[in-house]
Amino acid sequence: MSPHASTLQEDAACRRELIRAGEAWIGELRAGQTFRILDLEGNQAVDTLFYNLDDPAERYDAQCTVRCGAQVYLSTGSVLMSTLGRPMLTITADTCGRHDTLGGACAQESNRVRYALDRGHMHSCRDNFLRAIAHDGRLTKRDLGANLNFFMNVPVTADGGLSFADGVSAPGKYVELRAHLNVLVLISNCPQLNNPCNAYNPTPIEVLIWD
Amino acid sequence: MNPLYRDVLPGGAHGSLVLRRGRLLRLTDVEGGANLALLAWNATEKSERLNLPDALKCQHTSKLTRGHCLYSDMGRVLLCITNDDLGWHDPMGGLSTAAEVRARYGAGDYQTLRNDFYRNGQDNLLVEMGKWGLSRRDLTMNVNFFSKLASDDAGQLRFVPDHSPPGSHVDLYAPMDTLVIVTAIQHPLDPATAYGPKPVALSVFEVPDAEALATTRVCRESRPENGRGFALTERYFS
Repeated sequence: MSPHASTLQEDAACRRELIRAGEAWIGELRAGQTFRILDLEGNQAVDTLFYNLDDPAERYDAQCTVRCGAQVYLSTGSVLMSTLGRPMLTITADTCGRHDTLGGACAQESNRVRYALDRGHMHSCRDNFLRAIAHDGRLTKRDLGANLNFFMNVPVTADGGLSFADGVSAPGKYVELRAHLNVLVLISNCPQLNNPCNAYNPTPIEVLIWD
Repeated sequence: MNPLYRDVLPGGAHGSLVLRRGRLLRLTDVEGGANLALLAWNATEKSERLNLPDALKCQHTSKLTRGHCLYSDMGRVLLCITNDDLGWHDPMGGLSTAAEVRARYGAGDYQTLRNDFYRNGQDNLLVEMGKWGLSRRDLTMNVNFFSKLASDDAGQLRFVPDHSPPGSHVDLYAPMDTLVIVTAIQHPLDPATAYGPKPVALSVFEVPDAEALATTRVCRESRPENGRGFALTERYFS
């Protein structure tokens, strides 16, 4: 999957927002709009969930996406499928080249398992998701399915291994998606400090939307 | 050891059971070539459910076999794989939808075929989940037992045919009371052009307390993460 740049100009975006290191964000896309996630400083994992804005019980389906593309890694041309088997968004540009959808979101509970029983009080993506949806009111824990990890490099090997490798992203890399439905976007700009997914230094990202 | 009971899911069928803490569920591919899609919940607190991304990343694996644990989102072990004839069960391929089944096998409706109508994995699990008060919002990544998807260096996925010979079995031990919901339905990437899901036998065994440690050692000690996962599961009952 070779990098594929966008032709969209940043100053033509209708919305542009900075998401600080370790913070959550909720936004809405209308069908036909394009959404860019920009990795400002490089190697920043962006844990992302997508919902049908008009019926949030329909959401991004990692297994359907992987199966329908017969491809573990996501990049330009990947179609993000919903739990009802419908295309939600298509990746239309990607200067990073590879994104993960198997690794899930970090959580206090999984940090205990992965790192140490007393490592359960660090900030995590699941805390971000839960705080954001608690205030937003439209979603609950039940709606937190398997997410995408933009800019995260999780190689799968032929013998069934899986690892968290150093990032393949760099300052200024971005991924761009076109929405096929009205979409609710939930992001955690990953605060994980225990592994190289954020190069041990979580940094800000930017999101841009074009009509 | 004799099972407490044995039940055979005909091909295409779905079922559910609460596997009590300390019991073991043996899945047997009776005829060979079966696929069993499985989801799991904490039976007493169903907001706690199977979280395959957490299970895969903490065990650094993209396949499931003997020694692996199926984790919940709360860092606890819902089920662990204590025996396995095959060495590979698929956590990636997911469930067939009605549209995928129609596209691959044709219409196969009830009006024509009565109980041989073509079923699909997603509807089968949703029906069974509905019996426990669970809905579409509770549907999450499932395991496909008895199936293998191979991945090449570029991440291209390929269904591996003839993976499971007749009589293959896998044992799942429950360190907590676990609601197990299953359907014996073809893997969505199985290239067979005829609808023909195979039966799977479900046998439940009581593991005596004195044997629990020996039975689960292969999972507890397969990696330090799983030692901590079992410790967190035991805290739940302390």
